[in-house]
This record gives sequence, structure tokens and C-alpha cells, in this order.
Amino acid sequence: MLEWRRRREPSTLMLLASPLIAIGLTMLIGMIVFTAMGYDGFHAVESIFLTPFLEPQRWGDIGVKGAPLVMIALGLAIGFRANVWNIGAEGQYVMGAIAGTGVALLTYDMTGWWILPAMVLAGILGGMAWAAIPAFLRVKLQVSEILTSLMLTYVAVQFLYFLVRGPWKDPGGFNFPQTRMFTADQTLPTVLEGTLVHLGIPAALVLAVIAWLLMEKTTAGYAIKVVGLAPAAARHGGFSAARTTWATLLISGALAGLAGLFEAAGPFGQLTPQFPVGYGFTAIIVAFLGRLNPLGIVFGGIVLAGTYVGGEIAQSTVRLPQAATGLFQATLLFMLLATDVLVRWRIAFKRRAA
Amino acid sequence: MTSAMLASILMTLIAASTPLLLAALGELVAEKAGVLNLGVEGMMLCGAVAGFAVAFSTGSTGIGLVAAMAAGIAASMVFAVLALSLTANQVATGLALTIFGIGASSLIGAGFVGRTITRLQPVFPAALSEHPILRVIFGHDILVYLSLALVAGVSWFLRRTRPGLILRAVGENDASAHAIGYPVVAIRYAAVAFGGALAGLGGAYFSLALTPMWADRLTAGRGWIALALVVFSAWKPGRLLLGAYLFGAVMTLELQLKAAGVTWLAPEVLAMAPYLATIAVLTMMSLGRKTGRLDAPACLGKPFSAS
Amino acid sequence: MNQPREQKVPPRLALAHVSKSFPGVKANEDISLSVQPGEIHALLGENGAGKSTLVKIIYGVQQADQGTISWNGSPVAIPSPKAARKLGIGMVFQHFSLFDAMTVIENIALGLDEAVDREELKAQVAAILQSYSLPLDPEREVHTLSVGERQRIEIVRCLLQKPKLLIMDEPTSVLTPQEVERLFATLRQIAAEGCSILYISHKLHEIKALCDSATILRGGRVVATCDPKVETTKRMAELMIGAELRKIEHGKAAGTGAVRLEVKGLSLPGEPPFGTDLESVSFEARAGEILGIAGVAGNGQAELLTALSGEQLAAGAEAIRLDGKAVGLDGAGARRALGLACVPEERNGHAAVPDFSLADNGVLTARHRLPLAPHGFISRGSVKRFADSVIKLFDVRTTGNAALARSLSGGNLQKFIMGREIGQQPAVLVVSQPTWGVDAGAAAAIRQELVDLAAKGSAVVVISQDLDELLELADRLCVINEGRLSAPRPVASLGIDEIGLMMGGVHGAEATHA
Repeated sequence: MLEWRRRREPSTLMLLASPLIAIGLTMLIGMIVFTAMGYDGFHAVESIFLTPFLEPQRWGDIGVKGAPLVMIALGLAIGFRANVWNIGAEGQYVMGAIAGTGVALLTYDMTGWWILPAMVLAGILGGMAWAAIPAFLRVKLQVSEILTSLMLTYVAVQFLYFLVRGPWKDPGGFNFPQTRMFTADQTLPTVLEGTLVHLGIPAALVLAVIAWLLMEKTTAGYAIKVVGLAPAAARHGGFSAARTTWATLLISGALAGLAGLFEAAGPFGQLTPQFPVGYGFTAIIVAFLGRLNPLGIVFGGIVLAGTYVGGEIAQSTVRLPQAATGLFQATLLFMLLATDVLVRWRIAFKRRAA
Repeated sequence: MTSAMLASILMTLIAASTPLLLAALGELVAEKAGVLNLGVEGMMLCGAVAGFAVAFSTGSTGIGLVAAMAAGIAASMVFAVLALSLTANQVATGLALTIFGIGASSLIGAGFVGRTITRLQPVFPAALSEHPILRVIFGHDILVYLSLALVAGVSWFLRRTRPGLILRAVGENDASAHAIGYPVVAIRYAAVAFGGALAGLGGAYFSLALTPMWADRLTAGRGWIALALVVFSAWKPGRLLLGAYLFGAVMTLELQLKAAGVTWLAPEVLAMAPYLATIAVLTMMSLGRKTGRLDAPACLGKPFSAS
Repeated sequence: MNQPREQKVPPRLALAHVSKSFPGVKANEDISLSVQPGEIHALLGENGAGKSTLVKIIYGVQQADQGTISWNGSPVAIPSPKAARKLGIGMVFQHFSLFDAMTVIENIALGLDEAVDREELKAQVAAILQSYSLPLDPEREVHTLSVGERQRIEIVRCLLQKPKLLIMDEPTSVLTPQEVERLFATLRQIAAEGCSILYISHKLHEIKALCDSATILRGGRVVATCDPKVETTKRMAELMIGAELRKIEHGKAAGTGAVRLEVKGLSLPGEPPFGTDLESVSFEARAGEILGIAGVAGNGQAELLTALSGEQLAAGAEAIRLDGKAVGLDGAGARRALGLACVPEERNGHAAVPDFSLADNGVLTARHRLPLAPHGFISRGSVKRFADSVIKLFDVRTTGNAALARSLSGGNLQKFIMGREIGQQPAVLVVSQPTWGVDAGAAAAIRQELVDLAAKGSAVVVISQDLDELLELADRLCVINEGRLSAPRPVASLGIDEIGLMMGGVHGAEATHA
């Protein structure tokens, strides 16, 4: 008989291997399920998990989709470590974009190098402000940030709709619900000539390294981990849970807001009702796939960005509906949570009781 | 205001409240057993799409309801295996379930977008509900009456029956319940399945009763509001009924204002109302409590393993 | 009541060659014992001797790897607690399996295997409370009850099932001496009615007072079976501990040093719903002395510790003075930097982070006084060196500084935590339950460290429920009861009965003023 045995210490091997096992299982399940549904399951999985990485012309696209995922996930992971469950990153992402766009609309007839930095600052502050609401409610009134941050996402999206259909509608846009296009000074520069690769991509990588240094090398990162793992021990050690909650929510709000601004000032170049694509939710999966480790999150971001790119490929190659991408992503998170058990437990042969 | 208008407003209110009540009641039972399943929205969507697909294929809304329940239970069991058997983090697992429900319902529903079915019919003969006031009493479909009966039933079950006592015990102190010899994990499985069944029905209420046609993300975040309602109710079924109907009122107001052609308030602002109301309610609950905790079951959300 | 072995009545319970292993530990090895009907049988042993595992096997919580269990002469399998109860075995756990937010009667109903009508159950419970004269209100919620009352719930729950064997696991560890007397009277009455009792304890005087026979365990094996009424306490203690009792070496006469910690009129509301309010607590601790604070669990000890450590701030700065400096409004970090170290009762999750390595756990409280994280950047090298030094100096048995705190035994983790604090040379050390759940050897080492620290000029405050420990360690002793602290008195002037009365709150703190 087989049985589960708790490990004395978590397995480092499994810590690294379980995301890979989870990806493998997701591919296998996807193959079976989509074949059963009458699609070409093998090629669907190939398109989603392999093609994007094997064809170099797709790498730019992976970077463009991966950068916001990584940025948001870094913030979320820092929060998750502190047991702060900000699941409203999508709302902070939208509010960052809105704040940055506000600056762009104020400055659309101006030129100057300072405009984009001002937009970036506004984007960060917009995200932070939106995250400050759940932070305040949790710290001062012990209201669960899970529900408030999520509710605020719906509010932010409606606010976006209101702006692009009303006050911010492009006067020369044939009544389409969208803002003006951003000017050259308001647009994120590309870093690789002739590609979509914009400044956000190196920025995401730099931020990942900074986040890693914060979490692994500083007392502040130590405080975040202690508050999450053992709140009473954190108090005992002189760390403030309230300050940590504030800090982690503001950091994740800032990063989500920055990602939103980069997306608005980069690939979109304006705000439209199609702007919220769910990066804020997918980033949760990225954070878990990266095992809440900033460097792991870069890997997780690349994989999830690949599923977006691959999902589009699969739409044309095997006519897989777009919704299948979401399903693959959710299955991946399920499998991650399931394989996580291998880190803490091992399978052993059960000795029969006499 | 005429009695006909009042009756029509009340009918809208009851219809808007019913899916919330169903889903929240299911979650209340799961939480009483100590399980925080944040996947309510996902389970509702699974129920909504399964109910619609089956009702469309078979032409029977009744079979559709059964399918919705089955889909809700199936989705909840995915959660249960991960969160209860493999002791995965409940918050993360619930989120995964919601993302899964959105994807699965969208994928399955893709073939049904724009299709319509015959909506769920009132239980009592039409003759009984000709008068507007009588219609408020007799003019509803089966799920409205079921949801009200379940409020009483769950309340009785939790307070008066032995299985209800055991379920509460498991949520209050899983280690002690285990020590006495109660099968903690099995009881939680059952509670989660009940939550899944009711979330499935709640979701199906959207696709089979409210808007008898399929659209993507039909439930529009109501699963999250249901979760907030459980907090509002202080884990008491009676207060849950009150909360659900209060939210139904907010949503009815939104519809009424929209229908009345109110222009000084943008439709987007009206659409924010239920979500802002949820935050307001959660805040008020925290301001209003006397003790250090919100009467939440002591083991809510904590993983349990027997060894 | 004491049945001679030769009698033909088969033993109520007989174990033969029972063994049980866990990964890395042999918890029980070849254990045989028998309990006669109506006998009160002691299972005696230090923490970690294997008592708990053995009773879990008898009660069906765990299964033996080898050996047989016989019930009234015939071999039985006990696969679950339910099966045990079906045979007629009842158990009162050391840590009661109660549901705080539920009423007494609901708790009792939960402990029964079959549903009983609510009214009928009430009548049955009332009858039992009556016949054993146990005071208990069935409609109260459990969190409002004292520990003694909670224990009575468990006893009533067992008695309802008319047990043939009652297992009591360390039942007196949290009771006042008066509550212990009352419990013993109840147990004697139960035994007189023919029920056997298996009484688990490591308190020798209790076993002498109560039990008919005793099985002594050490290291998972039976080392002796004796009649405790005949055997000397010293002999039983030696059998139990397996070595000569270590004597603590006290330093110079205490009470003359400078005041290092002064607490004056410290009041603090307890954390709802179960907390205790601290009411105008005042005391001084001087250089070179050990001040003991006795008291039954839940009388404000936890609150006092967090108030002293700075986890909870006082109402005013003057309430707590450290070497003359008012620190009542300083946080935990600031107080520690000034030399006030605290060790709370709960090791895992309060004094240490279970999922952190020992090295990382060093950072938790030592970073203020030692250069472990200059300018907010953690210095791995210093952190590891500090952890290694603690492990070496305090003889912590572990695989190294990378071992997770949760992987250590309770005693070893406690040694590490004590070492971490003492290694910082604190001006004042406040420690709660320093040897709770720690094996005898480690406990003696920890006590010696406390004495040595005081001898070097620090003030040491020990909060403990273990009177024997306090009487051994402390120079002066006071008692905390319902959040109020009595005036300290020199230990030499106190009798144990007097302390017991103080703990139970039978008379006011005023009476203890010498």
C-alpha cells in the first residue's frame, strides 16, 4: 500500500520540479480533454505550449505579453508572501492606465521628454491609490482585502467605460468609445528596432531583480515573509503587520498601475473598452507558477505569455476557441496547487500494522 | 405608485435576489464547516452554462436545473480534492476555480451565444397570480420557493439537528472534531458539495430564469457578492435572506433608474452600485461588530490534515 | 478496590508486547501492562517517555505496529476512538477537545456516538452532575468556563457512556491544588463504582495519593511496575528519570541588586473574546534575582508577556521602566535594543517561525542587539555564525543552522530560543513556561542557564504554571490571578498550600502582603 508521509523539511528538488510537472500534466490533460471535445488535441497543446517558444519571430510577442504579467505578478507575490490577498490587480492595472492617460490627455498638445515620465508616475500613483483602499479597510477595519480589492476591479472597469464613452471620448474618433491616440512623446519607446519590444520588457526584468533583492536580502523582505508565515512571531520580532500590509498592497498596486500605464502607452497607444484583458487575474497564476519567487516569476510570465500567443496560434491552426486559453491557464493553476503537495509530502510504502 | 407597479418592482427584486441567496446559502454551509471556497463565481458559471446547454438540448428546464446542480457539484469537487485532500491553499484554489469556471463556461457556451430557451415557468397556475398582489406571492418559479425553503431548512439543520451540530463543530475546531472521531474531511467534502450544488442552481437562475439566453460571463461577479453576503450574514441563514434581498433591492433600483431614463447618473455609475454597496456593507459589518471577530467559524480557511 | 493479581477475574485491560514506531523514533517498545476492574492504575513517565502514544493506541487514535490488546480477557482490535468507546473506554485528554463557541450541552452531545434527544440528554447530564456533585452549567458557552469546569465537561461526557475504563491524560497539569482535590474525590468515586482508571502523569505525589498501582515508562519501555503507596517517591523519580536528580546551583543571595525592570500600575484590556484584562500590575525585578510568577493558565500570563515584550504597548511610557528608562510606549524592537528579551510560551509560531531555518530565526529577535542586518540588509555570514554559536553553546541537537525550526523537537527548539535570547546578554529576560513539553535533561539545562544569567547580573522573570519549577528556581514568587498580580514574597517563606490558595484566587492579593 502507498501512503503519504509528511517530509521533515520541504524538498528543494520538488520546489523546482513541481512547476515543470504541473506544466506537463496540464499539457496531458489538455490533450485528452480537447481530443475528447473533438479538436485536434495534440496540435492544440503543441500550438499553445511549444510553438511560441520554438519560433523566434514570436518571442517579441511573448515579451510584450509577458512584461505586464511579470510586473503585476511580482507585486502580487510579495503580497501573497505576507498573506495579503490582493486579487484586484486588474483594477489597479486599469486605474494606473487611466491615471497615466489622464496626464496624456492633459499634455496632448505639448512636447517634451518629461511627459512620459510624468505619465509613468501617474500610472504608479493611480495603481497605488486604488490599492490603498483595500489596504486602509483591512488595516483599520479588518475588512478582507480579497473581496474589496476584487469589487474595486469591477468599479475600475466601469469607470474606464464611463471615461471612454463620456468625457474622454476622442472628439475626432467618429463617436467610437475610445480616447485620442497618444503622441510620440507619450508612447513607450521600442528597444529593438522593427519589433514590438518596448521599454516595459527590460523594465520588468530589472524590477524582478530588485524584487528578488528585496525579498531575499533585506530586513523588509524578511518582515514580509515573517508576517505571512507567523503573524505572532512577527509581532514578537518587532515587525508591524499593519505596516507590512500597507507596504505590500501599495507595492502591488504600484506595479500593477505601472504595468497598466506601459500597456496603454505601449501596445494600445490609447484607452478603449477592450483595454482590460485579464492580465491582473492571469498574473495570479504567474505568481504561483514562479513559486512566489521573483526570479521564478520571470519564468512563469514567459510560460503564461506563451499560452496567450499560443492560444492565438491554436485559433488559426486547430480552430481552438479563445476561451480555451483561459481553461489551460486555470488547469495549470490547479495542477500547480496539486503538485505542490509533493514539496511537503512524499509517497512511501505503507507498512502493514500487525 | 400603483399596486401593479409596486408588484412589478417586487417581482424584479425577488428575481434579482434569488441567485444571490442560493449561492450564498451554499457558501454559508461550506464556511460553517470551515471551508472558504472563493470559487463561487466559477461554480455559478459552470452551473449556468451546463443548465443552459442541457435545457437547450433537451428542451426541459427541469433537466437543465439538475444538470446545473451536477455541474456545480463537479466543479466544487475539483476544489475539494485540491483544498481538502491535498491541503492546497484555499484562497488560491478558489481563485483557480473561478478562473476555470470563466474559461469552461465561455468555451462550452461559445456554441450557444444568442440562442434562447423557454424560461423557467411559475409554479402555480397563472389564474392564481392575476391580481398583482397575489402575483408577488404565487407568481414565482420553483427556485424562488426553493431558496426560501432552504433558508429555513439550513437554519433548522444547523441549529437543531445532530449532523448540523457536527458540521458546525468541524468548522469551529477541526482538530477536536477529529480527535472525537468525526470524519472532518468527509464532512467538509459534503459541505463543499452542497455549496457547489446551490452555486450551480444560482448560476442556472441567470441562464434559465433571468435572461433565458446565453452570454459570456453571465453572472457578472455575483458569486463574489454572494461571498460578501455570507460575511454580512454573520453566518446566520436568516440574516443572509435579509442581505440577499437588500442587494436585490440595490440591483432593482439600478434597473429602475435605467428604465426610467435617468440621465444625470451615468449607466456605468449605476453598474458600479452593487460592488460599491458590497464594500460599504463589509465596512459597516466591521464597524458594527462588538467582539474581536466577526463570528466567523474559528477554522475558516485553515487547511486540515489528520496526520 | 485494589484487586490482587491472583484473582480469577480477567484484567479489564491487558497489553502484551505492544510496540509502535514513527519515522526516526521508537515511541513504544514491547510494552505490557494490565489494569484490574476498579483499579486506579498510574502510567508514569517523563515527557517523551511514550505515555501519550500508548494511550492513543488504547483509545484507538493510533494503531500499534506489534502486540495485542485484551479486553476483559479476550483479544480485541481498536481501530478507532469510536470502537474504543463501544468497548467502554472513555478518555479525558490533556488538551480538551472542546468547541469554545458552543455550549456545554452541545459539546457533550458532540462527544456521544449516538444521537440523544436534547431534553433527555439534559436530564442525564443533570443526573450525573448531581450524583458526583460537580458544579457546571450546561447552557454556558465553553469559552466562559475555567479550565477545571472544562475538564468536568470531558468527564461528564465520558461518564454518560458508562465507561468500564477511564483514561485521564495529565489531568492536573492546569488545575489549582483545590481543583485537584475535587477531581481526585470524583475519580475515587468512579473507581469505587467498578470503573478502572488509567491515570497518566509525571507528578509523583499525585500518584502516591491516588493510584493503586503504577507502570513506569522511560524511553518508550516499561522500566518498572510498582505499588506507589509502598514505593518511595525518590525511587520512582529515579526510575522515571533514569539518573540522579540534578540540583540547580543558585548564585549569590538575591534581592539586593539594582532594579532593572520596574512595572508600575500596568493595565491592559485583554484581546476579545477570550483574553484577560491586566489590572494595575506592579513589580520589580532586580539584578541577580529570578522572580517567579505563578498562576493557573489563562489568568493573564500571555497578556503580561506581550505587554512586557512590547507586542502590546502600555497606556503610558512610565508603566514599564528598563534600567530606569521609561519604555512603556516603545515597540518590541526598541525594547529589545535596550536589553529587554522575552521568550513566550508558544514556541512554534510565536517565539520562532516554524518554516524558517534556525539561522533565519536568529534574525527574528537578535537583529537589534547584534549586527545581523546592518542598514536593512541581512548579512548571511553573521546570521549563520550567530546561529552556529547558539547551537554549539546551548547544545541544540540539529542537523545545522539550515534546519527548519519545525523539524526540531520541542526541547531542542526551546534550547535554541533560550540561547538566542541569552546569547544577546539581555539586561532583563522574561520567559514564560521555559520547560513546558521539554524533556528532563533539556529542562535542567535550561533552568541552569536561567540561574547563570541571573548570576551575571541580569534580572530574570519566569512565568510558569509549574510550581515545582518555580520553587526550585525563583528567589521571590508572586501569583497572577484574573489579571492581577500579588505582591512578591521570598520563596523560602511560602508553603505549597499557601501558593495553591493564592493561585485559585480564594483570597485577595492583599492577604499576601508580608
